[in-house]
Amino acid sequence: MLLILIIALPLAGWLLNGLVGGRLTRRAVGLIGAGGVGLSFAAALLAAQQPAVADGWRVVLWDWIAAGSFSVRLGLLLDRLSAVMVLVVTGVGFLIHVYSTGYMREDPGYSRYFAYLNLFIASMLLLVLGDTLLALFVGWELVGLCSYLLIGFWFDRERAASAGRKAFVVNRIGDAAFLLGMILLALEAGTLELDPLARTAATIAPATVTVITLLLFAGATGKSAQLPLYTWLPDAMEGPTPVSALIHAATMVTAGVYMIARLHPLFARAEMTQTVVAVVGATTAFFAATIALVQWDLKRVLAYSTISQLGYMFLAMGLLAMPAGMFHLTTHAFFKALLFLAAGSVMHAMGGVIDLRRLGGLAGPLRWTMWGFLIGALALAGVPPFAGFFSKDLILEQVFERTQGSALLLVWGLGLLTSFVTAVYITRAAIMTFAHPAAHTGHAQHGHPHEAPSLMLWPMGVLAVLSAAGGFLGSQVAGRPLLHSLEQFFALEAHAAVAPATWLVLLTPAVGLLGIAAGYLQYRGRREVALGWLGTFFERQWYLEPLYDRVIVGGSKWVGRTLADVVELRVIDGAVNGIGAVVGRAGRSMRAVQTGYVRNYAAAILAGTVLLLGYWLLLR
Amino acid sequence: MTIPVPYYLALSAVLFTMGALGVLIRRNALVVFMSIELMLNSVNLSFVAYARQLGGLEGQVTVFFVMVIAAVEVVVGLAIIVAIFRSRDTVDIDDVDLLRG
Repeated sequence: MLLILIIALPLAGWLLNGLVGGRLTRRAVGLIGAGGVGLSFAAALLAAQQPAVADGWRVVLWDWIAAGSFSVRLGLLLDRLSAVMVLVVTGVGFLIHVYSTGYMREDPGYSRYFAYLNLFIASMLLLVLGDTLLALFVGWELVGLCSYLLIGFWFDRERAASAGRKAFVVNRIGDAAFLLGMILLALEAGTLELDPLARTAATIAPATVTVITLLLFAGATGKSAQLPLYTWLPDAMEGPTPVSALIHAATMVTAGVYMIARLHPLFARAEMTQTVVAVVGATTAFFAATIALVQWDLKRVLAYSTISQLGYMFLAMGLLAMPAGMFHLTTHAFFKALLFLAAGSVMHAMGGVIDLRRLGGLAGPLRWTMWGFLIGALALAGVPPFAGFFSKDLILEQVFERTQGSALLLVWGLGLLTSFVTAVYITRAAIMTFAHPAAHTGHAQHGHPHEAPSLMLWPMGVLAVLSAAGGFLGSQVAGRPLLHSLEQFFALEAHAAVAPATWLVLLTPAVGLLGIAAGYLQYRGRREVALGWLGTFFERQWYLEPLYDRVIVGGSKWVGRTLADVVELRVIDGAVNGIGAVVGRAGRSMRAVQTGYVRNYAAAILAGTVLLLGYWLLLR
Repeated sequence: MTIPVPYYLALSAVLFTMGALGVLIRRNALVVFMSIELMLNSVNLSFVAYARQLGGLEGQVTVFFVMVIAAVEVVVGLAIIVAIFRSRDTVDIDDVDLLRG
């Protein structure tokens, strides 16, 4: 019952707000929207306390598909892994709902916004709690739909509408691969339910497992914005900022990571896939971080940062450091949501201005927002004792341990380098937003920048506390409750037994601090630092974007034009017109027969009769 | 004395040919109509002649049917001709070529 309630509450909120939201007061809409998720969070907290969670708490809802020997039932499964995700989704989700009641207060689409947001939470919970891969996939598609709806929330803006479309299309590419992987898995394993799947995973041929996992990972690169399908996430920033925080930073984009963790028995058996995942993750992490370095849009900096941090998670997943990856997922949800909410608060204060060149001098008027942003930034840069330090450090340690002495050590190097770049870009963003002398021309139009209302501030406060202290969920000091639980889930030996070398532990924060110092020295008092050709290289997204534009977008357009101009005009229209012309010409030549004179017809009948009679009488 | 059957048949053929030629050549709708009657009756004649020679009744019965149908047909046909005459003031069938393609 408790488990069902977790999903049912946001679902009810969606129905209420979606059906009758237009007739309710804003207060009621906000209360339903945030309240549903809040209660869901409470239910999740209660449920996670149950002892049944240790072995997986199952609730069967109904038989879903029964086709011959293949059957799928729909059920919910709460175990140590999904418990972490459920708490993150509902917890961070609740805070962002509360923030949204303040942020979206003036928006005419208030009830539509909360309906979408609640639907998203419900879909995400289905993705996380579903006990079959099929339910996960349904949730996967539903969150994609919500993402589309919310990116294009202000659909009257051309950019927002096309960004939503882009997200949808790019995701579809990944989803097609995911579906193929799932079908192949169903054929091989005969089931899509997670429990039997974990058992039968060992019986599938290794080559097949590799293909299946690669296809599933291709799906994950779409949803989690990894190379090569990352392009939709930066554009997704056209949506309302709380949406960016919730969907495009904290929860939905981590679905790929969660999926790999969920199917770890499969991925554990596919070594080639592991390498691919790790290399793609590390490359994406570095790639996106360098692009974040040269972005002028604060939200885009954070978007690329999200891609980069997701790369870390995939790096960990690829090397089977799953608890570390899930830990980073959790802390990242805290601090990236915080950063986005702070950015939203800046936008709110500046009347929608988000360009770093036009921001500055906000340290005074936006004191609380600034502190929130700084805590988030420190956590992102990996400075102890903030949350990001513990998880990122853990990932890099375990990556080092697992790749030591092999060529794969390169991914560890990339991770470390990314850590440095990360610290530089977030310092740059922080300095430009808050420290630089006021450059905003917005004064005249918007009056003085003003601090956000308390409804927006206190969710940021809670997230700030979590970003500052969340790392202790995985710290020795606090007994590593989160990591311990996850390690038991993944049936790994307690990792603490192997204490990492001291220099390794110190390396990550050192690199982070170095990055902050470098960023501070570089961007203090300056807006632009000439990076020369390297800057252009980063700005053009390593020339990947022009490549995509030319080859894929241009190619598709060419194919479309060819189909429209040649195939459609010549072949299809040609065939249709040709048939018409033949019939027309035949008709024109036949119309001479139809004289309208009865005697001609009579003569024809007579001639026919004579011929027939002649045939019968003479020739037979 | 009885006239041999071939004479009847020859008369029937002559009448039929005259009828057919009349339908094909004449332009007055009433004459065309009479030509049709001529063809029908020539066929009737051959039916009766054969029936007598073969000693069956079928031919005679068929003739009654043909006569009934001819009568009916005349009713309809004359009605049509009258209608055409009223609207066009002519019974020349060459003036009635609305169905020309």
